Amino acid sequence: MSNTNKPRRTAQETQAIVTASLRRRYWAERRFRACGLTAIVAALTFLVYLFFVIFSNGIGAFRQSELKLDIYFDPAVIDPAGTRNSEDLNGADYQALIRASLKKKFPDVEGRMGTRELSRLVSGSAAFELQREVVDDPSLIGTTRTEWLLASDAVDLLQKGHIDRALAEAERPLNDRQLGWVDQLSSEGSLALKFNKTFLSRGDSREPENAGIWGAVVGSFYTLVLTLLLSFPIGVASAVYLEEFARKNRWTDLIEVNINNLAAVPSIVFGLLGLAVFIGFFGLPRSAPLVGAMVLTLLTLPTIIIASRAALKAVPPSIREAALGMGASKIQMVTHHVIPLALPGMLTGTIIGMARALGESAPLLMIGMVAFIVDVPKGVTDAATVLPVQVFLWSDSPERGFVEKTSGAIIVLLAFLVVMNTTAVILRKKFERRW
Amino acid sequence: MDAVTVERAGINQKPSGRVADEAGPLDAPIEAGKTVGTITVEDPIFSCRDVDVYYGEKHAIKKVGIDIGKNSVLAMIGPSGCGKSTFLRCLNRMNDTIPSARVVGSILLDGKDIHDKKQDVVQLRARVGMVFQKPNPFPKSIYENVAYGPRIHGLAGDRVELDEIVHNSLQRAGLWEEVKDRLQHPGTSLSGGQQQRLCIARTIAVNPEVILMDEPCSALDPIATARIEDLMEELRQSYAIVIVTHSMQQAARVSQRTAYFHLGDLIEVGETDRIFTNPRHRLTEDYITGRFG
Repeated sequence: MSNTNKPRRTAQETQAIVTASLRRRYWAERRFRACGLTAIVAALTFLVYLFFVIFSNGIGAFRQSELKLDIYFDPAVIDPAGTRNSEDLNGADYQALIRASLKKKFPDVEGRMGTRELSRLVSGSAAFELQREVVDDPSLIGTTRTEWLLASDAVDLLQKGHIDRALAEAERPLNDRQLGWVDQLSSEGSLALKFNKTFLSRGDSREPENAGIWGAVVGSFYTLVLTLLLSFPIGVASAVYLEEFARKNRWTDLIEVNINNLAAVPSIVFGLLGLAVFIGFFGLPRSAPLVGAMVLTLLTLPTIIIASRAALKAVPPSIREAALGMGASKIQMVTHHVIPLALPGMLTGTIIGMARALGESAPLLMIGMVAFIVDVPKGVTDAATVLPVQVFLWSDSPERGFVEKTSGAIIVLLAFLVVMNTTAVILRKKFERRW
Repeated sequence: MDAVTVERAGINQKPSGRVADEAGPLDAPIEAGKTVGTITVEDPIFSCRDVDVYYGEKHAIKKVGIDIGKNSVLAMIGPSGCGKSTFLRCLNRMNDTIPSARVVGSILLDGKDIHDKKQDVVQLRARVGMVFQKPNPFPKSIYENVAYGPRIHGLAGDRVELDEIVHNSLQRAGLWEEVKDRLQHPGTSLSGGQQQRLCIARTIAVNPEVILMDEPCSALDPIATARIEDLMEELRQSYAIVIVTHSMQQAARVSQRTAYFHLGDLIEVGETDRIFTNPRHRLTEDYITGRFG
């Protein structure tokens, strides 16, 4: 090799070649860094834009217009017979009380048409609110109280500036006379935007001003807790069995390939499976968080198993040998040493799986969790819906008032996600061991 | 006792024909099972005959026969890949964990075959402890590292007894003075040499009969190595020790008997002094004089 015709390079020549190549190498590095930085800046810009849009649209959902009215709880309307039993109290026409109060405020309004237009300022649910108060405390009857009642969604939209006053009268939900009343109430201080308790404490409704997110939050909570309880133990146990105990043969290869394939199956397919098996075959209730959780468990299991197996593989063999060399049985080796070391990785897989489960709506549509459900679920077999499905439902609703509800629901969904992930990260930190 | 004697006598006959002439090194071609030197000892704890190990198709150990005596150190030397670690791992059946490994032949521990169906592998490993090449303390506290063995085997009735076992084991491993104030610190926070002594303490906490050491000092500096070698000399009083080492000086320092492995064959066994001063087989001589390996 040494006796080629080419003379050996001198040190200076070598140096020159290296120096010349340096510029190219550094330039490549700078180019790569610039690309990375651009990508991150672009991603952050989109993220900030997304958050800005969602928050600016959704923040209105947390505030709601309310009307201040002096309500006279007229015994002649509520309980003409004077029985005070709850059946009579429940059956009374509370709408009449509100009408009477409004009429007193605007004495110049006359005729059925005028009265109806006037009562459209107040939400239909205000009467139920009065009913609840009277049933709770019958001694109110015969007294007069100042009440803040929910305004109708049209008034609410006007207050939040979503109705253009310049539109022709027929094209907006409030006519000129109603606008006048609203302005009058507003200037009197009888119409104000207040914190929207309804949104955070009620179930769904057809009227935007009455629609709440709580039903979906509780539904999501039940569904996810059950999903976690089902998928974490099953996933970890499967991973441990496959990785530590199962013989490596054609069957385990087949299972492994199938698990990897399942992770890539479109989620709606799992919904169909759940519909056919859990509801069709086992006869479990429709729309229930229980069934939703079982479907989401099927969905998240591949993710958890794959991540857990990777975590188990990453445990150094020296620890296994140490345990076996001490005379630990295989199950002792696994439970005392391998699983504790693999737990952070397993939890990471579970977080990813659960985050996916939280955002999933397609498979839940299949099992009926898309139904219009007003009541907040009280158990895992009650009909319920979940946050992403609620977002989907509201985004589909024709009323203008649901636009901000949709964004509001997204904010709640993101908050739920943040709380869930933070908990998981804290848990993982707690279990993490260094060696 | 009788059976052992008879068997040993029987074995003795076989190699006796092949034992080299005292006059000089034997340059015989390698033949499986034809070990030069005396493979037997009085009252052995381990008695291995015709041990073959296969990794799939590969024949890693060929017809190895050797006795391991009580209260002495047996050093196993040889070039890399010669099968000495593989043989060591046969003795506590660590090769069971390798799916492709297959061990045949008889390995008797106190006269009972360790591959017998009645022999439980967990019990075997409690009797035959092992220290590995790389210090591998559990990622737990120093105390927990030593207490782990007694705990899983139920050797301590209560906390006081357990404390005592931990104390004694650390003491015997020469680590007590250095760690007595920080028993709750993680075992991985110790230096390499301390970690290896912790692993030894962990092994003797179970009170085994044999301690297998697979190149226990190869990751340590000379000072830590010297400490471990002193420790082995002390432990020899109570245990049989088998050590695999790449350092011939170490083998010469710590062992009473030495076995030389070459490409899966056990070439020569004998008193350490004799092996290093007067090896009989050409391969042994080449190796210890540094001509290869």
